[in-house]
This record gives sequence, C-alpha cells and structure tokens, in this order.
Amino acid sequence: MSDSKKVYPDATAALDGLLSDGMTILAGGFGLCGIPEHMILAIRDSGVQNLTVASNNCGIDDFGLGLLLQTKQIKKMISSYVGENKLFEEQFLNGELELEFNPQGTLAERCRAGGAGIPAFFTKTGVGTVIADGKETRDFDGQTYLMERSLTGDLSIVTAWKGDKAGNLVFRKTARNFNAPMATAGDNCVVEVEHLVEIGDIEPDQIHLPGIYVDRIFEGHSFEKRIERRTIREA
Amino acid sequence: MAWTRDQMCERAALELEDGFYVNLGIGMPTLVANYIPDSMNVTFQSENGMLGMGAFPLDNEVDADLINAGKQTITELPESVYFDSATSFAMIRGGHIDLSILGALQVAQNGDLANWMIPGKMVKGMGGAMDLVAGVRRVIVLMDHNAKDGSPKLLKQCDLPLTGAGVVDTVITDLGLFEIKGGQLYLSELAPETTLDEVRERTEAEFVQ
Repeated sequence: MSDSKKVYPDATAALDGLLSDGMTILAGGFGLCGIPEHMILAIRDSGVQNLTVASNNCGIDDFGLGLLLQTKQIKKMISSYVGENKLFEEQFLNGELELEFNPQGTLAERCRAGGAGIPAFFTKTGVGTVIADGKETRDFDGQTYLMERSLTGDLSIVTAWKGDKAGNLVFRKTARNFNAPMATAGDNCVVEVEHLVEIGDIEPDQIHLPGIYVDRIFEGHSFEKRIERRTIREA
Repeated sequence: MAWTRDQMCERAALELEDGFYVNLGIGMPTLVANYIPDSMNVTFQSENGMLGMGAFPLDNEVDADLINAGKQTITELPESVYFDSATSFAMIRGGHIDLSILGALQVAQNGDLANWMIPGKMVKGMGGAMDLVAGVRRVIVLMDHNAKDGSPKLLKQCDLPLTGAGVVDTVITDLGLFEIKGGQLYLSELAPETTLDEVRERTEAEFVQ
C-alpha cells in the first residue's frame, strides 16, 4: 500500500469534489490549538457558501474559522464558546449568522455518538437550563436526564501531528481535543498532518485514531500555529 | 475586615484533599492552585484534554500545542496525560473529577447557578461550565459577595439564565463560607471581623446559621 489512494499533495487537492454550498462541516480544534489551518484557507479560496460549521470555537477575527466569517461563507455555527471574535458578534447581532450553543461536553459527545452509530443519548448536562428547551427528558434511577441527538456532517476537517499513508493518526498534546471525535462523524474525513510517514512507521499500539475514519490525508507545509494567549512565567 | 481575594483562594484551597482530581474555572479559581501545600498531591484537569497541568512555561518553553481551557500556554508534568474532548467530558460527566471550583454571576439558596449569560449583552457561550457543574462530584463557587453595583449575588432565585439547577455545594465569598444541603443555604463560616448583621444586609437569600 505504498501508493495509498488516501494521500493528496495539498489542501486544495484533498478537498476537491467534497465541497458544496449548504453543506455541514465538522472542524477540529480548541481555540486556535489543533485547527485545520490549511483546509480553512482552501475552503475560503473555494468560495463555497452557506456553510453550517460545528466547531467548539470560531477562531479569531483574522485566523482560523474567523477567516470564513470575513468572507461570509458561514450561515450557521454550532459551538460552545465564541467570545474571542468581534466579527462573530457583529454578524450574529445583525442576523447574518445563526448560532446554536452546545455545552462543550455535549458537542463532543454528539460527534462521538454520531461516529459510533448512536442516534441519541441522555445526559445531565443542561437539565433545568435553556439548553433543555424543547428536548425530551427522562428519569433514570431518580435523576433527570436530557436527550441529545448525535451530530454528523458531510465533511470532517481535522489536524493531527503525524499520520501514515493509511490515515492512522497520532495527535500531539492538547491539539488532540475535538479532532478525534470530529474525525469519526463526517461522511468524508480529510486530515492535515505535520508529518506524513510510511505505513509501519507508527507503532500500532501508539495510534490514537485508526485510519478507517480517514478518507484523505495530506502534509501541511507551513503551519502557522498561532497562539491565542501566550502566558509565560519569569525564569 | 472581610476576606481579600487571596484569602478567599486560600480558604478554597482548604477544601482540597490529597489525591483529588480538580478542575479550576477561568479567573479567580485558577489562583487556588497557588495555595496548595507541597505535601498535598492534587491533579488538575483541563477540559480541553489534559490531566496533570503544569505551570505557565518559560519564554523558551512555549508550545502552541499545549494550552489550558482558558487558551493560555502551559506546561506538562511527568504524570501528565492527554486525551480528546469526548474522553475529557466522559470523565467529567461520569463523576470521576472530585471537585470543581468556578466563578458565578448569581447563586440561589437552592444551589441554582448562573454564570454564563446576561440577556441583552453579547452571549459568549457556556463552554464546558454546564457539563462541569452537572458531572463533577462537588461544586464550589468562588465569588464576590455582591456585584460591582452592590446588588446581592446570593439570591432567593436566580433571574439570569441558569448554568445548572441545584448544582452548587459550597459558596465562598469575601464575607464567609456557605454550604447548600437539602436545598437549603447554611452560613458555616464568617470572615474575620464580619458580622452576621452585615451578611444579612448584603444577602437576599435566606440562610440558616
């Protein structure tokens, strides 16, 4: 399998034929950490419109998913926290952008469940809050739980540190975050990696996400990896 | 003299126990970590996918792939472990985290908590707060006793949208420590040189001493 059909030269090639107006995209990352920065640029350049994007956050004004707000390609965001983004606020308040808040753990579990063939699950998170409005509740063992539907999408865009040509992935530190659950829940999953290696170069026991979830993979050559809150201590 | 912010954090740190797994909220709760005795082994969870959070990095140690839930750069410890967001919230929701300390806009006498949204202002989102208060075994709120305009924050009923219903176990303010048991609020400790009358005057909630 040295000439893996999953391997593409760059983001534009890897996304070719997978983008369409009105589609739902699941994007990995937490803040600016572990975001698929090459694919966000390629999606911007493709001009695809009316996107629904599920992502924990929406980048900042001039980086990450914020770039797709600049071009008004996003119609709706499904997120847990969007406080870092003035453009978001502006478009939301003037009605250009829809927003669905999900508690962070509920968003992660919705994707995990979606990828695992589980259509819904019950959670205590959000019981007695606005998140429960219109949702079914049920008591188990004397406690009230809320039914949440799973989340799937047309396309998952995720980032990993290392991947082999079969799509087996290794993440690095807290850049793993939403990348793993998001990868499992898209009809197609495209991955950008910092290091693309040969099959066999990663110990099978050390793989974080099996390549079965990955349809296309490419090596990104200029990760900017911007830091949102550089915080240091004095020596 | 009521408790200063440092003294509130110091008091909150006394609620930690050896071997605890703890999640600290953004802001003042983060400072509680500074008051843990060296002899005590406490592991901090960061809900973006890490157990065993270390200190902020030196300038030359900064790593874009290593941040906390407040998006600040941090470091790892020998015992650190990383995992994805679904696994992170499975350990939160599953009751495996012993204690969460977080801030609040309002707390009601029955343990209702409001800390994520003020209607009419831009809504930033709840992040992981709803999951934490629903899943962590014990929830401590660390907050000023009154808002900046002097209005009470310990109320009969929250008027802001809730983060969780009946989820708060303990409230530490500059005036004292309160516990909520069986839907009732108890004043357990008064800050030094603080009178019961002062607490009553500055609290809307009904409490038992």
